[in-house]
Amino acid sequence: MGKFLFHASGIFLCLRSGNSSPDNLYNLQLPATITARQIYDLHTLILLVCVVIFVIVFGIMFYSLYKHRKSQGHQAAQFHEHKTLEIVWSIIPFLILAGMAYPATKVILDMKDTSASDMSIKITGHQWKWEYEYMGEGVRYISSLSTPQSQINNQVAKEAHYLLETDRPLVVPTGKKVRLLVTADDVIHSWWVPQFGVKQDAIPGFIKEAWIRVDNPGTYRGQCAELCGVGHGFMPIVVEALPPAKYAVWLQEQKASVVAAAEAASKTYTLAELKARGAQIYAANCAMCHQADGRGLAGAFPPLIGGADFAAPEQMTAPLAERGFWKDGKIVLGSKEHHLDIVMHGIPGSAMQAFIKQLSDLDIAAVITYERNSWGNQTGDVIQPLEVKALRK
Amino acid sequence: MATETVHATHESAHPAGWAHPRGMLRWVTTTNHKDIGTLYLWLSFLMFLFAGALAMLIRAELFQPGLQFLQPALFNQFTTLHGLIMIFGAIMPAFVGFANWQVPLMIGAPDMAFPRLNNWSFWLLPVGFTLLISSLLVPGGSAAGGWTMYPPLFIQGGIAYDMTILALHVLGLSSIIGSINIITTIINMRAPGMTMMKMPMFVWTWLITAFLLLAAMPVLAGALTMLLTDRHFGTSFFNAAGGGDPVMFQHLFWFFGHPEVYIMILPAFGILSTIIPTFSRKPLFGYHAMVYATASIALLSFVVWAHHMFTVGMPVAGQLFFMYTTMLIAVPTGVKVFNWVATMWRGSLTFETPMLFSVAVVCLFTIGGFSGLVLAIVPVDIQLQDTYYVVAHFHYVLFSGAAMSIMAGVYYWLPKWTGHMYDERLGQWHFWLTTIAFNVTFFPMHFTGLAGMPRRIPDYALQFANFNMISSIGAFVLGGSQLLFLYVVIKCIRGGAKAGNKPWEGADTLEWTLASPPPYHTFETAPVVK
Repeated sequence: MGKFLFHASGIFLCLRSGNSSPDNLYNLQLPATITARQIYDLHTLILLVCVVIFVIVFGIMFYSLYKHRKSQGHQAAQFHEHKTLEIVWSIIPFLILAGMAYPATKVILDMKDTSASDMSIKITGHQWKWEYEYMGEGVRYISSLSTPQSQINNQVAKEAHYLLETDRPLVVPTGKKVRLLVTADDVIHSWWVPQFGVKQDAIPGFIKEAWIRVDNPGTYRGQCAELCGVGHGFMPIVVEALPPAKYAVWLQEQKASVVAAAEAASKTYTLAELKARGAQIYAANCAMCHQADGRGLAGAFPPLIGGADFAAPEQMTAPLAERGFWKDGKIVLGSKEHHLDIVMHGIPGSAMQAFIKQLSDLDIAAVITYERNSWGNQTGDVIQPLEVKALRK
Repeated sequence: MATETVHATHESAHPAGWAHPRGMLRWVTTTNHKDIGTLYLWLSFLMFLFAGALAMLIRAELFQPGLQFLQPALFNQFTTLHGLIMIFGAIMPAFVGFANWQVPLMIGAPDMAFPRLNNWSFWLLPVGFTLLISSLLVPGGSAAGGWTMYPPLFIQGGIAYDMTILALHVLGLSSIIGSINIITTIINMRAPGMTMMKMPMFVWTWLITAFLLLAAMPVLAGALTMLLTDRHFGTSFFNAAGGGDPVMFQHLFWFFGHPEVYIMILPAFGILSTIIPTFSRKPLFGYHAMVYATASIALLSFVVWAHHMFTVGMPVAGQLFFMYTTMLIAVPTGVKVFNWVATMWRGSLTFETPMLFSVAVVCLFTIGGFSGLVLAIVPVDIQLQDTYYVVAHFHYVLFSGAAMSIMAGVYYWLPKWTGHMYDERLGQWHFWLTTIAFNVTFFPMHFTGLAGMPRRIPDYALQFANFNMISSIGAFVLGGSQLLFLYVVIKCIRGGAKAGNKPWEGADTLEWTLASPPPYHTFETAPVVK
């Protein structure tokens, strides 16, 4: 009985809080697109039908459990079939299901219709960050978790949007039909923003479509929904919806910054400048596996510190040894050239991915400079963005 | 006729003066269905405790936001192993254990059709699990790609991934051999007079389950072999760069995986259909409808697989087809629930531990069925796929459906197996603790899932904190309660009130005509069923 009350109160709570706050604790998040609204209503309808059937069927069962007890002296009847009843309780559920399937079918047809869109954004999942490319605009950037490691490791207090904040949000205009072209670079990810009612798996080698039309300006948050490795819990999605006029201004700024970045890449930097920038790039892209202190994880992710112990199967150490990064159970700090190669092109068949398309020349130069001059590595090597540029072909 | 043939060979295997090996060797060499059934049940209980301990470590990490006990890599290894071991180690072997003990007893056969094969199908399991669990100790730790093993993620890992693949091959082999044995036994070795439509419901559900196993397991083996060759031999079945398709793995996996779900629930339906009439003191309502419903669930289970993949971006026609077929399963499942309720209706009910568990299963499994219906609706599924709602759904189906039916079955047949009554008071304590803690653990997951918490994450946003803490507390109580179960079982084996041939007034299947515990060899002369 207690269990029953518990369920009943849960259902009551989830209905009551139906339309109150965006951070819904009991029910689907407050819809921000027509699709999400349709899903919300469909779910409410089906939940109610299920609750009614549950109450009727188990009302009958619990009545029987109470009334037909042996301790009450109830004698067992011996009937064991009833043709009419059996036919009726096969047909009625069928009709109820047909009644549910009809509205669901309509919503599916709507959701799948990506035609007549106003613009397209290509979304690429990487381990463990999202890349957004505004098709035809020349604007492309990476968006990764901005929650600091110190919050995750409980050293400082967690902020309100813990794990749901990124360094650069996806920006979309309100009221426009935006077609999303979703794919991935390494493993399967899934791009999901609950308030939009969109969850599309990102599958390497294939481009899948979805669409959104955001009603109101605001910030919307989601997460990767398909297990994609150790960083799966740490690749959030933040979408900033702007009114079309503000969006146009934002887009212009982005185009301008593309030009600025190209200029920045042709400059020469000091070791300190590169190290400072490299620290940020490292934290966002490398620390999940190689760890903030560069010590890696035993047997899985190699340390980046020259002289550190690293034992792993041949399958993992061979490609490292071949590139001059591993000898006799220890990490060796290999040559600058190999370091550039490994960061830019990755190690095929391993979790070490190619960063050539994800990071700019300056970022690659900075992160390698940082790695070669941190945690006791003291090569004094300075890698300039132009050197990286020369290697891009 | 078939019965007599087997009977004869059985006798000739026991020449005069031949003695059973004793001690450990008895269990290693045994070909006796009762011994093998016992081995299966103990192994499954051991695996249940191990995978349950992993679950408690997972819940400890999820007790609060932030990383406290497990780093993400280890967390993923534990969720993967928890899933694989609960499915292949706890639930499936437990049902095979029931089949071993009960199928020959319920159809009046002297043993299983292939006793030596039976021995082998059990002893493959410890080999498989040693391989699987020892992968925790290799460099890089055990496989962390989830029990679904999707490539390309599953291609990335180290040697533990190969160990997992090979372990599953071994376990799959065991299942295939076991199911051939069960099918052959049921088809050929029924007592004279026991026609198919007179078979106990438990036997029917196992017959259908065995066919499911036979059809589904080789598909898993094929998909795993393709994974293995993609990993080591340069094939590109699941690699788009080489002309393959990662989604093809998902199709193959779920073509196995969905029937697998029914493999884990149909024998549970069989147990319920045995226990509920017993404690209602009334025959099972709609026996024929139950048989047909079970068969149609089994057939439908082969045409619904892609409902696990609604978010991969399949064409509209695919989404609609799999939505409609999935919804259709609600009809035969509904028939079963209605039949159980109708069986209780106007019965003469008592509530010993097996019945308490059975009633709770009917009620809680139906919640899992309803959330399954919600998930069948494609647009809603797109919102809920890979969230805690799905975690809630399949634990309602697999814990309060399958695992609690196993507990019901253990309490129901323990008096037969041991000759002693279990401690009814402690059994009821175990029931209430399990049922309440189960709901405290898993009911809130419906809310966290709806509110947007993805599954398989070691850390989560702050709005999910309260429900996660409640779930974790529930999980610790749920896990701890199973030690009470262990105690009750051991206490019952060691002693207790004499059970007599038939401790349950309303029971009417053949095993209750035998002594408790039954002699080592039973039905050497086949009984005649009217």
